[in-house]
Amino acid sequence: MNRVAVTGLGIVSALGLTVPEVWDKLKCGQSGIAPLPDRGDPPYRFSNGALAWGFEPTRYFEEKELAMLERFAQMAAVAAREAVAQSGLDFRGPLANRTAIITGSSVGGQFSEEEGYLQLYKKNNPRVSPLTIPRTMSNAGASRISLEHGIQGPVYTISTACSSSNHALGQAFWMVRQGTVEAAIAGGSEAVFAEGLLRAWEALRVVSQDTCRPFSKDRRGLILGEAGAMLVLENWEHARARGAAILGEVVGFGMSSDAYHITQPTAEGPANAMRWALQDAGLSPDAVQYVNAHGTGTTANDATETAAIRKVFGPHADRLLVSSSKSMHGHTLGAAGAVEAIATVLSLRNQVAPPTANYNEPDPACDLDVVPNVARCAAMEFAISNSFAFGGLNAVSVFRAVR
Amino acid sequence: MAEETLQDDIDARVIRVIAETQKIPADSVTMDKTFEDLKIDSLDGINIVFGLENEFNISIPDEGMESMRGVRDAANGVRQLLMQKASASPQS
Repeated sequence: MNRVAVTGLGIVSALGLTVPEVWDKLKCGQSGIAPLPDRGDPPYRFSNGALAWGFEPTRYFEEKELAMLERFAQMAAVAAREAVAQSGLDFRGPLANRTAIITGSSVGGQFSEEEGYLQLYKKNNPRVSPLTIPRTMSNAGASRISLEHGIQGPVYTISTACSSSNHALGQAFWMVRQGTVEAAIAGGSEAVFAEGLLRAWEALRVVSQDTCRPFSKDRRGLILGEAGAMLVLENWEHARARGAAILGEVVGFGMSSDAYHITQPTAEGPANAMRWALQDAGLSPDAVQYVNAHGTGTTANDATETAAIRKVFGPHADRLLVSSSKSMHGHTLGAAGAVEAIATVLSLRNQVAPPTANYNEPDPACDLDVVPNVARCAAMEFAISNSFAFGGLNAVSVFRAVR
Repeated sequence: MAEETLQDDIDARVIRVIAETQKIPADSVTMDKTFEDLKIDSLDGINIVFGLENEFNISIPDEGMESMRGVRDAANGVRQLLMQKASASPQS
């Protein structure tokens, strides 16, 4: 089996529009959560969000291209550009057929769909734009990346709500590890700030009315975020042979289903995903130093995740650093797994665990070292990144530090 | 007497919303049933609250939801919010 190197990272998110900008904020515990530019009429029950502030599509695309690309696909493509540029890979030769693109998105392009409904049901106009389908489809981001870079290998999209891009990453990791492909672009994107979608989240009553305070006793829910995040994974030997800078290593992946409830979490499902990811990596639990938690900031998730971590790690759980970077970049849904994979790779590379920001008071139900408010320098070799989705679907990736 | 009728009416409408959202017979929903008795979980609860907001044209705060443990709580909560709404709007 091949070792799998990470040779490129790319991101657009509330913390910045490039990897260096994002890391600067993550390591300082600086939050990208701020008041929504459009509060809704009547106002939404929440007033803050984690938008990709300053993401101006015309900086990256021609007007004609934009007609075909929804925001989630734009963010996927821009993140992939940064990751590919960093990797230095050239897809003009045989690598075009030996590279995969696997993206995650929970809902695809909602803006075009909502525009279609507006025409249909409000304006009584039965003529819906012919571009609605190509703009809306969840694979629009993956297809755009394929077109842009001329990548002709396996290209597809996984949709498992908030685990989407962790599943995408895991699948890409396995494909590179077993030699199906030489390289892969894996990640995800989500653009949640469409009115209908925001109203649906509002009705579910899981969005915090102030900010996201994972593991803090006074947590009141998640903060929605938008992002695109991509990683270039590459056969280790291939990367070495061409002298590429290796930023990290993916060493394991595990997934499970709760088979319990459509929205309520269990500890056993996530614990299985963590166990199987470690097993896949050939690691014992006490090899791990850092957990980038799913940590949504909802009452249920954070307590259940704590219980799941305790089940897997036993007494070693008290020696783990566990933080939720969602406290800074928000819950980016289908992009979350990839955003947090990038945060995890950078944490290992820099030997700094980003904090859980906005933390106020300890909760006995979340009694791990959650790195409250201030980043921590620590010697870390292995880290895991957790994603748990509505529908009870769990995905966990394992990374090794490469310095 | 008029007030009693109004109360009965609110109770009946709350029961109807619960029965309709849960797809259970209305006669299985009585005032002293708890949500636990009716096997209503947190997502069901959110759906019921959404139904009650539509039915009575009110907005139920999150805190109100947390203290709602059964049918009577729901009906009392709705009644309270309707009273607040009536006193907030100008008399005609």
